[in-house]
Amino acid sequence: MEDIIEGTAYVLGDDVDTDQIIPAEHLVYSLSDPEERKNYGKYALSGVPVDGAGLPDGGKNFVNEGRFESDHKIIIGGKNFGCGSSREHAPACLKIAGIKAVVAESFARIFYRNSVDGGFFIPFETPAQMIKDIRTGDRLTIDVAKGELTQHSEGSSKTWPLKPLGEVSEIIKAGNIFEYARKAGLIPSAKSAG
Amino acid sequence: MGMTLTEKILADHSDQDTVVPGDNIWIDVDVLMTHDVCGPGTIGIFKEQFGAESKVWDKEKVVIIPDHYIFTSDTHANRNIDILRAFAKEQSLPYYYDVGTKDYKGVCHLALAQEGHNRPGEVLFGTDSHTCTSGAFGMFATGIGNTDAAFILGTGKLWVKVPESMRFEFTGEFPPYIMAKDIILQVIGDIGVAGATYRAMEWAGDAIMNFSMEERMTLCNMAIEAGGKNALIPADEKTEEYVKQRTDKPYKIHRADADAKYCFNKTYNASEMEPVVAKPHSPDNKAKVSEVAGTKIDRSYIGSCTGGKFTDFLAAAKLLKGKKVAVDTFIVPATTEVEKDLHEKKWEGETLIDIFKNAGATIGEPSCAACLGGPKDTFGRTHGTEVVISTTNRNFPGRMGSKQSEVYLASPYTAAASAITGKITDPREFIK
Repeated sequence: MEDIIEGTAYVLGDDVDTDQIIPAEHLVYSLSDPEERKNYGKYALSGVPVDGAGLPDGGKNFVNEGRFESDHKIIIGGKNFGCGSSREHAPACLKIAGIKAVVAESFARIFYRNSVDGGFFIPFETPAQMIKDIRTGDRLTIDVAKGELTQHSEGSSKTWPLKPLGEVSEIIKAGNIFEYARKAGLIPSAKSAG
Repeated sequence: MGMTLTEKILADHSDQDTVVPGDNIWIDVDVLMTHDVCGPGTIGIFKEQFGAESKVWDKEKVVIIPDHYIFTSDTHANRNIDILRAFAKEQSLPYYYDVGTKDYKGVCHLALAQEGHNRPGEVLFGTDSHTCTSGAFGMFATGIGNTDAAFILGTGKLWVKVPESMRFEFTGEFPPYIMAKDIILQVIGDIGVAGATYRAMEWAGDAIMNFSMEERMTLCNMAIEAGGKNALIPADEKTEEYVKQRTDKPYKIHRADADAKYCFNKTYNASEMEPVVAKPHSPDNKAKVSEVAGTKIDRSYIGSCTGGKFTDFLAAAKLLKGKKVAVDTFIVPATTEVEKDLHEKKWEGETLIDIFKNAGATIGEPSCAACLGGPKDTFGRTHGTEVVISTTNRNFPGRMGSKQSEVYLASPYTAAASAITGKITDPREFIK
């Protein structure tokens, strides 16, 4: 787990569902094949309606044409981020596109759980709405230990509190549910051969 | 303090006598279900974490039901079925329902029920958010991702946070034109798409218990559209009759305690319910059918785990009998058992399949089909600006294929009535 996450913001609205994050027609690619899985980066957030793609202006591609990674490292979302299906391709595609943290007012349950157990990125919840104040492209820093997000703009900066990670922080620190379970002695400590 | 049905089942599968909402506990899993979209990823993680030669924790408890991208020329999708087939063979899995064979079933949530994998009191996880459907059998069932599924494949266990429970009671009797789909759309509209996040939705009341098992499944199926973790209807004689016809395995009927604590309670008068739809682009965008009646549609779609069961088609057939559809109408039986019933069972002397064909509808093969869009050649998928009335479960932008199409979620009665007129139509125009 990184202590400091830096990058620019890609801002989305409320109720961004998993069909917007990764449209179902793309769920055919292998997640374990290193070449094939790049497609998930290419199509990440490709289902977001144009008006909502990169707030406040919209119309900004998350991943540019012909690329497999986004220029952005942090997603700022509203309420109920990741609602809809249980497809783990949703958090996976954001990681493959280079996302390190998703910061939202609230998350849908399965998406949140998949993000933590799969160790794709850190899902932070915020006490306040941020999607009206942070603009796509704003430079951000997240101090994970302090639980703070700082928005840098010319000559000034604004710091926002993040909600504590709470009971899932041990899984996040371990890396994923398997590493957590190994540390806790719930499954054998070394991966078996093969 | 008393426990809700969800708490009872979770406690029974943990090493604790009692649990309370918020507890993080490890539970033993009775059934893990996966399909062609999430199975290959799950298998990949299982092998990476436990080793290429590893065996699943209990092959009797793993159920693999390919159902999403079946009748397509997409080579990646077809390759994914090959991965499932090879894994089932390597692990000698008895419950693999292979494509292109007599074992093929179709949509997993109905196939689980029909093949006897839904049993009261059990814990079922599935790599599909609509796994909550199985809660209709008085069991704990919820959707998970590939990582959690791979963890279960290796260990037979998973950590869960015990959810708070919400209770929805319907007293009295539903009018004859009301289906379970109207009820779940009504409730989602009332509490919102995040109204049940991290919570269990428990259903109660005479009106609910008068529903058939298939209607109960519809009710539980869309709990996830309110953000719910699981849905539950207590098992009764109807449940036992259905289960006993399909499995010899033992089961356990739990009851909520009289002093169980619910974080939310709402009682509805069943007789006051009206046909409703969810307007584009959210399942909680509720309107009475009477409020949107007259809206022109291009297509009517009847299918999926939500609205592709025999009961759903019987409802549609009652309205379509002797009529012609005014718009493209797609009929997609969820499973091969439903398909067989469409060919064999009759309404007023005519088989359902003949009623649909004579009405001018197009019949698809059992699978998830266009409910979630899917590969470009998927049956019934939208490609443009189609306005669709559909018995499926989600109407997010692009859900049925095209980002420009608009989907109204509705009951089979409303979808059939609208197919006849070419505009959104209250089923009461046809059901007196």
